[in-house]
Amino acid sequence: MSQPSVLYDTLGPKGRRNVRIGTVIGVLVVLGIVAWVLWQLARSDQLEAERWGILFDTESGVPQSLGRALVNTLRAAAVGMALSMVLGAFLAAGRLSNHAWVRAPVSVVVQFFRGIPLLLLIFFVFLGLPQLGVSLNLFWSLVAGLTLYNMAVLAEIFRAGILSIDRGQSEAGYALGLRKTQVMALILVPQAVRRMLPAIVSQLVTLLKDTSLGFVIGYFELLRQGRSIVEFLGPRYGLQIYVGVAVMYIAVNLSLSLLARYLDRRTSRNPKVVSDPKTEEAEPVVPLGRE
Amino acid sequence: MTAIVENLDLYWSGFLTTLALSFWAGLLAFALGTLLAAFRVSPFPPLQALGTFYVETFRNTPLTVLWFFAVFALPLIDITLPSFFIAGVVALGLYTAAFVCEAVRSGINSVSAGQAEAARAIGLTFTQTLRLVVLPQAFRTVVPPLGNVWIAMVKNSSIGAAFGITELTAVATRLVNTYPADVIAVFAGSATGYLLITIPSGLLLGVVERRVVVLR
Repeated sequence: MSQPSVLYDTLGPKGRRNVRIGTVIGVLVVLGIVAWVLWQLARSDQLEAERWGILFDTESGVPQSLGRALVNTLRAAAVGMALSMVLGAFLAAGRLSNHAWVRAPVSVVVQFFRGIPLLLLIFFVFLGLPQLGVSLNLFWSLVAGLTLYNMAVLAEIFRAGILSIDRGQSEAGYALGLRKTQVMALILVPQAVRRMLPAIVSQLVTLLKDTSLGFVIGYFELLRQGRSIVEFLGPRYGLQIYVGVAVMYIAVNLSLSLLARYLDRRTSRNPKVVSDPKTEEAEPVVPLGRE
Repeated sequence: MTAIVENLDLYWSGFLTTLALSFWAGLLAFALGTLLAAFRVSPFPPLQALGTFYVETFRNTPLTVLWFFAVFALPLIDITLPSFFIAGVVALGLYTAAFVCEAVRSGINSVSAGQAEAARAIGLTFTQTLRLVVLPQAFRTVVPPLGNVWIAMVKNSSIGAAFGITELTAVATRLVNTYPADVIAVFAGSATGYLLITIPSGLLLGVVERRVVVLR
């Protein structure tokens, strides 16, 4: 709040009084909304302690199955992350190649997978490939879809990171007699990684969120598990289970997002990262693909 | 190929549904996102907190979960949205609003403080500063990220296939069993539909970007 803003000057006594009045009104409005929501919930008996208690009641088996579902979610995300990082690195190298016959097809692959919805890819792997004689189980269908999409997005992030390094760096490398591979591995990649880290992590958060698409094909991640618990226990605990699932997703994603922000702050303090005045203002949080 | 030719009308209606869903959700997201951005840059702490809370919550919730809430959880508290389409517009719009808010906010913050200081120094009032100096510059910075948000949202609208909306992705899942020999064509048809929206959007965005770009 104390930070200077573009929009208004440091406030004088009258301005501070107005802000105080506005603050009081704002607090009242926000409290009013919260109270209204709580009242609505209470009216339909959704606030009963017993209903919420099911999320922590180990005898009902709910916390255990949600825990297993969380593991399923994280497992799909981890495998997808690892595969798409590796494949993305190869694709980025392909797009930066000096040979047009490598560059052109790789560019087509990247642009294609980046341009179509992830869910369509997952459906293609899950429903389409079996017709062509390739049957993957639920886990690998989801992971394959996630990988195909995210490898393309990550390839673009990697490529942008490499290209953002000052040309003098690679020229100096060549002047020393390094080969192209050496320039890449010893000079460009180490600098680019530092600069790309926030963008990479926020893309990985996106990937983690997208594991919830497993729900659509029936992979037992958090959301599908929540749904099946509710089908088993009946609608009495519906809202509570769903809110529990949402909170678990938000908690995991938020901690990864905070990690991204921390890395961003740490790297921007690092004097080794030569800041490019043009990219400094740009938020890396909204990457080229979907959020 | 027969799969596409025989079902061209199905693809066309799916395409229109995707477009309509994206359009209405985009409108909702733009209105709400701009309002939230105004909250976040306002001098009132509770409004700032509300804006921050909204953005952090909706940005970190998977869209599938939001959509799921709109369709399955709201009826549990006696709020039933009139149709799957409306539920989709609400879920997609509320989700995207968080990203619109961040784009607009970073646009406003990218206007250098000197600009507003100069405006105040020559005696412009708060609204004049905003209308004549800050917003015109912020708007230009906001165009490229907003365009990316739009393209991402068009692709995100595919999740509607899982929640009762017959848009492009749902068309492919419906046809895949009828034309097992044509799977690639069936999916390529839907993919083409998306590319027909995203590629022109991207090109248009590039044109607008070049025309409104400000050099600082």
